[in-house]
Amino acid sequence: MSSPLKDAAAIVGIGATPFTKNSGVSELQLASECVAAAIADAGLAPTDVDGLVTFSLDTNDEIEVARAVGIGDLTFFSRIPYGGGAAIGIVHQAAMAVATGSARAVVAYRALNGRSGQRYSQGVGGDIVTSDLIHWSWYMPSGLMTPTSWVAMFTQRYMHEYGAKSTDLAQVAVSTRKHAVNNPAAFFHGRPLTIEEHQASRFIVEPLRLYDCCQETDGGCAVVITTPERARDLEQPGALIRGVAQASAADQEQMTSFYRPSIATLPEMDLVARQVYAMSGLSPDDIDAAVIYDAFTSIVLWQLEAFGFCSVGEGKDFVQDGNLEVGGRLPTNTHGGQLSEAYIHGVNGIAEGVRLIRGTSTNQPAKNDHVLVTGGVGVPTSGMILGKLD
Amino acid sequence: MTLPAKQKRELESKLQAYVGKPIGPPQVGRDPVNVPMIRQWCDAMGDGHPAYTDPVAAERSVHRGLVAPPTMLQAWILPGFEMSVETEAPRDEQQALHKLLSDHGYTSVVATNCEQGYARYLRPGDELSAETVVESISEEKATALGIGYFIDTLTTFRDQNGDEVGWMKFRVLKFIPQQPAQTASSADAAPAKPQRIRPLLGHDNAWWWEIVNQGQLPIQKCNGCGALLHPPRPMCGHCQSTDLSHVIASGKGEVYSFVVMHHPQFPGYEYPLVAALVELEEGTRLVSNLVGCAPEDVHIGLPVRVCVERVDDELMLPVFRPAS
Repeated sequence: MSSPLKDAAAIVGIGATPFTKNSGVSELQLASECVAAAIADAGLAPTDVDGLVTFSLDTNDEIEVARAVGIGDLTFFSRIPYGGGAAIGIVHQAAMAVATGSARAVVAYRALNGRSGQRYSQGVGGDIVTSDLIHWSWYMPSGLMTPTSWVAMFTQRYMHEYGAKSTDLAQVAVSTRKHAVNNPAAFFHGRPLTIEEHQASRFIVEPLRLYDCCQETDGGCAVVITTPERARDLEQPGALIRGVAQASAADQEQMTSFYRPSIATLPEMDLVARQVYAMSGLSPDDIDAAVIYDAFTSIVLWQLEAFGFCSVGEGKDFVQDGNLEVGGRLPTNTHGGQLSEAYIHGVNGIAEGVRLIRGTSTNQPAKNDHVLVTGGVGVPTSGMILGKLD
Repeated sequence: MTLPAKQKRELESKLQAYVGKPIGPPQVGRDPVNVPMIRQWCDAMGDGHPAYTDPVAAERSVHRGLVAPPTMLQAWILPGFEMSVETEAPRDEQQALHKLLSDHGYTSVVATNCEQGYARYLRPGDELSAETVVESISEEKATALGIGYFIDTLTTFRDQNGDEVGWMKFRVLKFIPQQPAQTASSADAAPAKPQRIRPLLGHDNAWWWEIVNQGQLPIQKCNGCGALLHPPRPMCGHCQSTDLSHVIASGKGEVYSFVVMHHPQFPGYEYPLVAALVELEEGTRLVSNLVGCAPEDVHIGLPVRVCVERVDDELMLPVFRPAS
């Protein structure tokens, strides 16, 4: 049976603030600026928007953003938990809202002072106020309390089981950086990276080096979602949501799912892949480009495997030979990714997915019928396939 | 700690050059004396005198009209938040004077005295300006806060006709902040040694840590189906039983995965720090530290054995050592 969510919503506007290391403004200002920019990009007025959705982690309440931007009545508002796993989850919420008529146009946003404010690299210890402190208590006494340390644990096992090397991870960092070099919005615009520089960079948590880790960024990013019918009347070519899904898999923990039979795969991303392919009726061969959540280089390999671009354990081979670059099999993270453009919790990747469909990426591949966009890894997550609106 | 005598003489001669000098051109009030500011000030101070806010009562009073509270004197010429923003280049001689002292280690400042005198009541429409002169700088003083210099300024307030309407003497202490260890009372209170971050204890995990504190490594066991569970949970995910107990692990296992942590470094932990995901022979896994083994000698499959050890002043942790 076909899903009622298939082709039932389109992304019609994208907006972002500058990406910096010290914005000098409040997170609410960042949110307001990117939301207003996305609405303007869509050719809508703030009062045309009646839904807002963001991350549970976001500090910018929907009603504060609505007041600041001049959005009037809201008939839909929602939040998605689990860090970057929410990236496509917020689009999923928005798509369901417009498809069911709960809202006519929804803005999904995320804004953070991720470098000058609270930094995720600084770990979960100290004055943490989350309700899952007991969960983290299994790791804090041993010092395992930063995102890099958790992902490194999976990475070590993956490298052991499949023979992946640090130089394979470097391929991800280097190809992504090539894209950022051409992107004026990217932090690493004009600053290329070599395999040798990657290999010479210091270990953060072995086996992960500095350039295996994404940046921390101040900035905001927002996208506008509405129905295909309305989308056809708007300024920009709409990016049709062909398939979209969330997933949490058996024995899921937040960043520490160490107790499954294998920890060298991503069962939750496998579940996202099954759903988005089933909903869209598409297969890996149909995907022309991808925005793959890249908080760390290694997680890109696992997602390439989860979405069937290669077999399990072969991600290390797939990333060779320029396959992730424009002209390669799967141009990936053509904006520079979170490794080299900015870390806006994956939402800047949604904007790039839309640009790829519009044909306006600074690293635009020739073929752009279908683009995969994924959410964060190691947590309950999300993903979608975008296509062209006829 | 203070300056060597020669440097101190040089500093003090530079300081004295400021005495008697205006700090800059007169400051001009941003707005004339006005009723809204008076009303807001009275609200904030809780001053309900009718001569300040009630035109009818003020007209009938000795003032024959609204007047401003005399103690608002300085409020009329304050430059706003700009004055509290530190800039590289001093904006006036007072800032230059403070910077000179900061550069010599007298980095802290505290206001100690303020006196005002008033020549007449101010009325709405009066336009104020104020000229501030460095009146005196003391010799170096040892105070409870630290060693420093008292700086006195005298500000003269004038109206639109150039007539003096009031004055303010203001005194600050610019000082070297006292180091806590230098005071006799705190000399023996050395800063506490940083400790590892403690587990937060609740219903679902406190029992586990209590057994660890007794030197053993427990594994949660479901009495319903016999499954061993880690990390412990309030219900068995296999059979939904809440009848849960535990067994004591043999302590034997092997490294299933591991990391070597370098950055960031948290107080209370020693780096490089090896954290391992250990698979126990009972089949469950847990995260802990690997000790007694150089990071470069750790590998997946390494046989290890648990040692419940005190890892800082108090915290007991089941860490692992190579089994051989």
